[in-house]
Amino acid sequence: MPKDGGIGASSKRREDVRFLTGDGRYTDDINLAGQAHVHFLRSDVAHGRITSIDTSEAEAMPGVVRIFTGADFEAIGGIPCGWQITSRDGNVMQEPKHPVLAHGKVRHVGDPICAVVAETLGQARDAAEAIMVEIDELPAVIDMKKALSGDAPKVHDDLENNLCYDWGFVEENREAVDKAISEAAHVTTLELVNNRLVANPMEPRVAVGDWAKSTGDYTLYTTSQNPHVIRLLMGAFVLGIPEHKLRVVAPDVGGGFGTKIFHYAEEAFCTFAAKACRRPVKWTSTRSEAFMSDAHGRDHVTKIELALDAENNFTALRTLTHANMGAYLSTFAPSVPTWLHGTLMAGNYKTPLIYVNVKAVFTNTVPVDAYRGAGRPEATYQLERVIDKAARELGVDPVTLRRQNFITEFPYATPVAVEYDTGDYNATMDKLEEIGDFAGFEGRAEESKRRGKLRGLGINSYIEACGIAPSNLVGQLGARAGLYESATVRVNATGGLVVMTGSHSHGQGHETSFPQVISEMIGIPEDMVEIVHGDTATAPMGMGTYGSRSLAVGGSAMVRATEKIINKAKKIAAHLMEASEEDIELKDGQFSVAGTDKSVAWGDVTLAAYVPHNYPLEDIEPGLEETAFYDPANFTYPSGAYACEVELDPETGVVTIERFAAADDFGNVVNPMIVEGQVHGGIAQGIGQALLENCAYDENGQLVSATYMDYAMPRADNVPFMTVDHSCQTPCTHNPLGVKGCGEAGAIASPPTVVNAVIDALHRGGHTGIAHIDMPLTPQRVWAAMQGGSPEQGEGHGSAGARQLGA
Amino acid sequence: MAMISMTVNGKTHSAEAEGRTLLVEFLREKLHLTGTHVGCDTSQCGACTVHVNGQNVKACTMFAAEADGAEVTTIEGMANGDGSLNVMQQAFQDHHGLQCGFCTPGMVMSATKLLEENPKPSEQEIRDYLQGNICRCTGYHNIIKAILAASGQDMPAVAAE
Repeated sequence: MPKDGGIGASSKRREDVRFLTGDGRYTDDINLAGQAHVHFLRSDVAHGRITSIDTSEAEAMPGVVRIFTGADFEAIGGIPCGWQITSRDGNVMQEPKHPVLAHGKVRHVGDPICAVVAETLGQARDAAEAIMVEIDELPAVIDMKKALSGDAPKVHDDLENNLCYDWGFVEENREAVDKAISEAAHVTTLELVNNRLVANPMEPRVAVGDWAKSTGDYTLYTTSQNPHVIRLLMGAFVLGIPEHKLRVVAPDVGGGFGTKIFHYAEEAFCTFAAKACRRPVKWTSTRSEAFMSDAHGRDHVTKIELALDAENNFTALRTLTHANMGAYLSTFAPSVPTWLHGTLMAGNYKTPLIYVNVKAVFTNTVPVDAYRGAGRPEATYQLERVIDKAARELGVDPVTLRRQNFITEFPYATPVAVEYDTGDYNATMDKLEEIGDFAGFEGRAEESKRRGKLRGLGINSYIEACGIAPSNLVGQLGARAGLYESATVRVNATGGLVVMTGSHSHGQGHETSFPQVISEMIGIPEDMVEIVHGDTATAPMGMGTYGSRSLAVGGSAMVRATEKIINKAKKIAAHLMEASEEDIELKDGQFSVAGTDKSVAWGDVTLAAYVPHNYPLEDIEPGLEETAFYDPANFTYPSGAYACEVELDPETGVVTIERFAAADDFGNVVNPMIVEGQVHGGIAQGIGQALLENCAYDENGQLVSATYMDYAMPRADNVPFMTVDHSCQTPCTHNPLGVKGCGEAGAIASPPTVVNAVIDALHRGGHTGIAHIDMPLTPQRVWAAMQGGSPEQGEGHGSAGARQLGA
Repeated sequence: MAMISMTVNGKTHSAEAEGRTLLVEFLREKLHLTGTHVGCDTSQCGACTVHVNGQNVKACTMFAAEADGAEVTTIEGMANGDGSLNVMQQAFQDHHGLQCGFCTPGMVMSATKLLEENPKPSEQEIRDYLQGNICRCTGYHNIIKAILAASGQDMPAVAAE
């Protein structure tokens, strides 16, 4: 029977009431007295030298407060990068300067050149049109492989070339992997593109900067997943503002999906300009601007080789990936194709030898960074596609081949430097076969055939790594940050609690699920607990929300702080009941003395803490407030198995998703309703990547998919109802809640599931020559492959740029 | 600048607006009704959906001047008289039809209009109707479920879990 409160209950979300009544407070809803508006004049060419900027006419226009150019920012820092990667040769990555406003050169379409601050946004836009900017256009580098050729134009003149780094992992495995592949009974090779995507949270980015003349205090309101990280990066590295003089507030945030992790130039600009103009300065991104200024995601081109022995056991895996960094290094960009990707290449399988080589490349495109899953979808896609291809080449069932190679004993140390604590991959596959009704597939395929359609079944197994940690390890790996999380639990005199968390909710429902945990621990109603987040003035230093870390890391910090509260409260209760502290038990909000009928209520103890008349003042301080910082011992490893059935119209190449099933192991689950919602959303984004979405540049570096007219977002009629299950639970062994994280699973596991299903449908329809089609599997691409289109379309040769051009 | 008057959520409002001021800008900036959101600039996302004279309108596609004298309903006018959630809003909460909440006002406005036009829509009719409202969080699963529930219909078996 479902619980009606606490851990495991599908408590309804309390935050919904304000969102459903128009009462949410998003950053664009914040307007400060005297505020001016900024409009950024952005480059419309991909690469060029700025020869002159004439703002004189614009400055004379109505309402203009001030116009800024790159020269205004020469004295301050650039936008910093938070992760340093070391190349195979021992050199650290090439790290270009990233100015707040372009200076000297523009390096991608959308690079901001001038910022016009005016009384109204309309006046700022009008004035921007009167600015005369002369740019000597230079040849743009878009294609990653061409960018690495000797005669390629350099994105950054002061760097040696366009190679950011050349990373090998694990370098010591390289020779053994090469040998195993050369001696294998069978090697399956696949070249593929992980298409460039744009995260597209529905709320565009917004920043409002404010500066108080009397105190010199700055406040930035911004659409961020991690306000403390922005405070540290922008304060310490860009503007030189100490943290105690800078407050960053991220109020209700309308989705993030990774792209609101990063520190952006517009935030630094508004904060800087608030002081320079002596008034608040506000920027609200348009959607078109978002497409050319939000960090993009994915954009990997990979060759993967899987070696098998004569019994179909995986013996070695080798990959070569080109990863697009774009024109500058976004905050966590270098970590995505390396530590968030290479460490996942073992997947669910006991492949003994793995070598991953990643070449990160600068191009004249928008910077690329983490997008839902970040590196893990890229790893899963390659692996699960090559396994499917191997199964087909060897004539074995794809489920059988996977099961045969599953890791079954835990803990398991992979050859790519991580240790999985728990998992049961056969259990989730068993569950998938049941909820996906594999037994009924052939009947449904027959029925489709009668209607002239091809039906295919695609499956996939995945492993994910959440709550990246511990801090000392990630420091060794190049992170310039810690990856702990914090919580302060403040108990009020009348018994209610306020939890100030460094985690941030931008749709995940922390305001509902976090109180469920405390309710369970103390035995009080959930509505006695309030969650405060998103403001550096109230929450302790925290790293924010991304990588499915909130409950596993932030929730653990909250549990630790609450344990401290309970320990102290027991001391107070012991004093009140004149009993020994060791004999005090807490259940259902009552403290009792074991073996007696003595008890005091939670509220009696909290009141005593703040009105300490009858209180052991000589032993403990009054008050009931505790803080904990939690630094995990390891990643968590959610896993699972997904299945998709597609129907393909051979006349048109149109693919529709007919059924989708997901069996996930997230460890313990606090709020099943919220968890299922996270999976639904992730799957829809994965279906979007597989069938619809593509961020496309032309050969000159023009972004040709910069609106919702051109970038195909999944809509209600593109996705089916989904069957999701999380009943297979192997709790995490190293965090107090036994939770693993659920935010990214859907986006990681669904793209290969969909593509495997389409390839299956094509083979069932007799198109056995089609081994692969690059995402998105648009009707045009599928139809062309069916007509025997060129091998470039089918097999994945060619370059990233060329293959982003639609066809 | 011209003086624009309209009845919004039953109350008459007047404010000055430029000729180029969009209805959504008028609602958000002049009337401080910030529940109506702007998610794109090509009339694709539907976050700004409101009702104008009983019709579903994307408030970014209409100038404020065009709505002069009109009856407008926004998300702020949807709750019951006592402030409690109406049937559609309650269904969205009961079925977890929202996550970040940014597309939600537009979704509720569109879904409400759908049920006025078609009180018992099928799953496919709901999906077709919502083509102009993009949600990035929910995968639409629970939105469809909420609208079916608000129309008094059960979920199809495949999604019943």
